[in-house]
Amino acid sequence: MNQENFEPRLVGFLCNWCSYTGADLAGTARMTYAPNLRIIRVMCSGRVDPQFVLKAFREGADGVLISGCHLGDCHYQEGNYKALRRHRLLTRILEQFGIEKERFRLEWVSASEGAKFQQVCNEFTEHIRKLGPLNLGGNGGGRHV
Amino acid sequence: MSDPKPKIAFYWCSSCGGCEESIVDLGEDILKVVAAVDIVYWPVALDFKKKDLEAMPDGSIAVAFINGGIRMSEQEEMAHLLRRKAHLVVAHGACAHLGGIPGLANFWNKETIFRTVYHTTVSTANPGGVEPQQETVLDGMTLTLPEFWDTVCPLDAIIDVDYYLPGCAPHRDLIMNAVTAILEGKLPPKGSVLAPNTSCCDECDRNKTKPEKLAIKEIKRPYEMILDPEKCFLAQGLICMGPATRGGCGERCIEGNMPCRGCMGPTDQVYDQGAKFLSALASILDTNDEKEIDRLVDSIDDPAGTFYRFSLPSSLLRRKKMEAVR
Repeated sequence: MNQENFEPRLVGFLCNWCSYTGADLAGTARMTYAPNLRIIRVMCSGRVDPQFVLKAFREGADGVLISGCHLGDCHYQEGNYKALRRHRLLTRILEQFGIEKERFRLEWVSASEGAKFQQVCNEFTEHIRKLGPLNLGGNGGGRHV
Repeated sequence: MSDPKPKIAFYWCSSCGGCEESIVDLGEDILKVVAAVDIVYWPVALDFKKKDLEAMPDGSIAVAFINGGIRMSEQEEMAHLLRRKAHLVVAHGACAHLGGIPGLANFWNKETIFRTVYHTTVSTANPGGVEPQQETVLDGMTLTLPEFWDTVCPLDAIIDVDYYLPGCAPHRDLIMNAVTAILEGKLPPKGSVLAPNTSCCDECDRNKTKPEKLAIKEIKRPYEMILDPEKCFLAQGLICMGPATRGGCGERCIEGNMPCRGCMGPTDQVYDQGAKFLSALASILDTNDEKEIDRLVDSIDDPAGTFYRFSLPSSLLRRKKMEAVR
């Protein structure tokens, strides 16, 4: 795939209580936004195991988004703080693996912020479009990679 | 005439030799092993050649213990040959199982490794800038060397592996249990790791000193402090891989007052040991302040190399992205 017709493949883990509802609101309000994000609903941003993020990159995602309730608003008190700490640490590790930090994004979107969800989707898609494909495909077991 | 004794082979690939040592370290028990089996191939200790192995009928060796990861063409060839000759293949030790310490080279590639080793280290004297070549013609003769790969692979990325003996090096009890199970035909399902499926913390004597809620305010390295010989290492602010690591190792590091480094690999439920440890460590950092989180995260020296110390080639990402290696 060349740079010109590159369509970013993005995976988004959205918490059930805020961000998924916010995305739903964007939909019911008929807001249009980039269709590149594949949404996976999880109960809490704190439920997102770093393995999920790595697996998404491994299987071809060009970017991964985790989105949860604003800090202080977590349905489970502090799941989003855990997500924040994991995001910071995983970002450092991804950079050591040669994966740019812009490809792994954490956003707080509340249930009423359909417009923010629209903006996050559009921005993230354009960021990754500029950055280009991740191309981890060759990282397999092979000798020359 | 009694049944011939089962035949066993040992071989090493990309490893340090510690796993060969782990066989010798069986001590007197090795005599029981030798009494029960015929060792038909063991280049480190016995004078068999590759052609001897090639001459054996396919499948005639009961079990081949292969240690070391695969990083050169010769190792790949030998792994395939042993696979053909052996009924069972056991990945012996952390390197064959996960990639091991040599697998950390997956943060680099052939070009950068050669540049460092043959050109830029202070102790290198190589005025001609010579690097190993696969073929060299000398006096009309062609000399060959194996091909060096960009990427270290665990054994199961190259051949079908029946069982895994984890550890760096595997504890003698695990080796004896494995040999006994093979001789008695009492083996678990194919693909099993021949060690308990519980975490290192489960067996750790220091577990009882762990506070109800672990909370770390500063991350330290062992050389920066006097280590308490009885207290949970994580409670002391040290990075201990115990929560994300399989037990059965005999807790030798812990008894030596050093935190777990993760050589046994993850338990069966986990795909990626480094990610799982990252998750655990991030959970117990004792702050919700963004700036303080950044400061704590930045205070960890080489997190990827630490969390994937033994498991990089078998992790979800397997290596640093090739285009990013400089």
